[in-house]
Amino acid sequence: MVRALGILVGLGFVAVTAWSLLWGVIAYVQDPPQESVEHHFHEEPRAASFSFDGPLGRFDRQQLQRGFQVYKEVCAACHGLGFVAFRDLHQLGYSEAEVRAIADQWPIQVPSINPETGEPATRKAIAADRFPSPYANETAARAANNNALPPDLSLIVKAREGGAPYIESLLTGYRNPPADLPAENRPSTGLYFNPYFANLNIAMPPPITADGQVTYAPGNPPATRRQMAHDVAAFLAWAAEPNQDSRKNAGLWTLIFLIFGTILAYLAYQNVWAGRKH
Amino acid sequence: MSFPWAEQYRPTNPFMRWMDDRLPLPRLVYNSVGKGYPVPRNLNHFWNFGVLAGLALVLQIVTGIVLAMHFEASGAGAFASTEHIMRDVNQGWFLRYVHANGASMFFVVTYIHIFRGLYYGSYKAPREMVWMLGLVIFLLMMATAFMGYVLPWGQMSFWAAKVITGLFGAIPIVGEPIQTWLLGGYAPDQPTLTRFYSLHYLLPFVIAGVIILHIWALHIPGSGNPTGVDVKTPQDTVPFHPYYTAKDGFGAGLFLIALAILTFFLPNYLGHPVNYVPADPLSTPSHITPEWYFWPYYAILRAFTVDFILPAKLWGVLAMFASILLLFFLPWLDKSPVRSGRYRPRFRQFFWLLIIDIVVLGYCGGMPAEEPFVMISQVATIYYFAHFLVILPLLSMFERTLPLPNSISESVLDGEDAEAAPADLAGATPAQA
Repeated sequence: MVRALGILVGLGFVAVTAWSLLWGVIAYVQDPPQESVEHHFHEEPRAASFSFDGPLGRFDRQQLQRGFQVYKEVCAACHGLGFVAFRDLHQLGYSEAEVRAIADQWPIQVPSINPETGEPATRKAIAADRFPSPYANETAARAANNNALPPDLSLIVKAREGGAPYIESLLTGYRNPPADLPAENRPSTGLYFNPYFANLNIAMPPPITADGQVTYAPGNPPATRRQMAHDVAAFLAWAAEPNQDSRKNAGLWTLIFLIFGTILAYLAYQNVWAGRKH
Repeated sequence: MSFPWAEQYRPTNPFMRWMDDRLPLPRLVYNSVGKGYPVPRNLNHFWNFGVLAGLALVLQIVTGIVLAMHFEASGAGAFASTEHIMRDVNQGWFLRYVHANGASMFFVVTYIHIFRGLYYGSYKAPREMVWMLGLVIFLLMMATAFMGYVLPWGQMSFWAAKVITGLFGAIPIVGEPIQTWLLGGYAPDQPTLTRFYSLHYLLPFVIAGVIILHIWALHIPGSGNPTGVDVKTPQDTVPFHPYYTAKDGFGAGLFLIALAILTFFLPNYLGHPVNYVPADPLSTPSHITPEWYFWPYYAILRAFTVDFILPAKLWGVLAMFASILLLFFLPWLDKSPVRSGRYRPRFRQFFWLLIIDIVVLGYCGGMPAEEPFVMISQVATIYYFAHFLVILPLLSMFERTLPLPNSISESVLDGEDAEAAPADLAGATPAQA
């Protein structure tokens, strides 16, 4: 009885799915799907290798400091870093006094209230503050940016397919639109062609425009456009997950411990079952 | 609830005797996972996965309870408190990554556990209740995992809540009121988040309760085994402890190694980058997908593209729920008297076809709803329903099965009358009847 009903219901589902399939096949044959323009002109991020790649990779503090410098001098004008605090910069190798100085001299002040009148005010940042957003709110940000919203960069490396290499490619990927790009896909006013961006046209003006735009301290590699993009991508990878190095260290020790324990468990298992066929 | 030759619990310590007369909890443990539970001696490694699923649940509950101490279930605070856990809570990143990847590992071992049951006919008499209780656990797991995924309140969290509750909206007449009732509003918002949080905390303990029933029902007939032949003599069994505790210990080690590799080195590999963007009701992600363990069902849901008497969306919802609910009827759909796939050559071929089919469904479920993935998932959906509802019932009528061994020990000992006396493991050899 259950079997007869089952076969009936089963044939029902099979028939309805086959009906959908039939129409799908007809549509596919009559009107094969065209590759979208976005897909055709879109490019995958260039391969880029970072010091923190792989289980044994670790952040390069010198590089993170350079990347922070690029963030400070180029990105911070529009993008906040709301989940990262000034105190976190210790991890980049800055001393406590340096961190305090960075916070104190940060060009964007943090929201506060006037202690006398209670009116909204701003004050200088301290080490415990998080990097302030340059805009009071989303409306202000959009008003200042042709209705585009510059995203907070705290998690940008984890929030984008492709991670740090994508950021690096995007920052250096601005170019003139190819000649065969259809008119409706050409950037309109306030947009810029960038094949690494999903819909090809991005509202962010090219941020890194010239070699030497940021002056690196002596002893660092020359500040080419590619190098600056690489460094700031590394810095943003750190910002997205500052604990990454300790995570990998803990992981190696945990694995050594677990493998040792599992070998013991295997030997115990063999020992218990010795002489017993199974 | 055991075989007559099961070792009896005889406490020698006076305190344990005193305890046994008043609250025989040690006796319960002894008879459940100790020497007092005789288990077929021929279980292979696929029989490790039930214990591993239990271990995964414990890990989820322990990490989840600590995460809950730091999490704030509010629309404004959920995303930020998740980042607070990742950055400021001591070892918070570890807790969260173990919890997120532990959910994936929970599904990995549960799926293997279910496929073990499908291959070896574990659902057949007299273990129908074990099977059905297992399916209840599976459904509860899916609900728990879904609600947990919503909690960090990222873009995918929000849109998953919207899409999944929207499925109920496909039901005629009552659909929309049900959806509004589930969400606590017309779109996912604060009420959704807080009720999901509450239920996400509750359901794991319900799962633990159903697991107790699952194990209780299992211990009535005892564990099945790869031959599917019933236990007949003491020769066929070994006591659970130390034989299977040792074997499960090794399995648990491998499980933890796999979990550690994911947690420490690939923590976001199974996740979706878009969920690191805070929820935004005004911006739909270009490609909404659930977590990987829901992909096969998602593919079935999207396989119905053309109205046929009922709207296509309703067909998709019906098929998706049916794809799991039909498993409850499996013991009566597949009436073949032979349990194990080892002695069912045709069944075995269809079984592996089913595995491939489910992998294909999973792949299509993770891809955008574009051709050719929709057509492929339609073909795979056809096979999925045909397999369980048409092929298995017919197969059990017509299949010619291979001869079964007379007993478990015969299949293990290859015709030897008895094996050499095993090394004495402090009295751990099975008692003679």
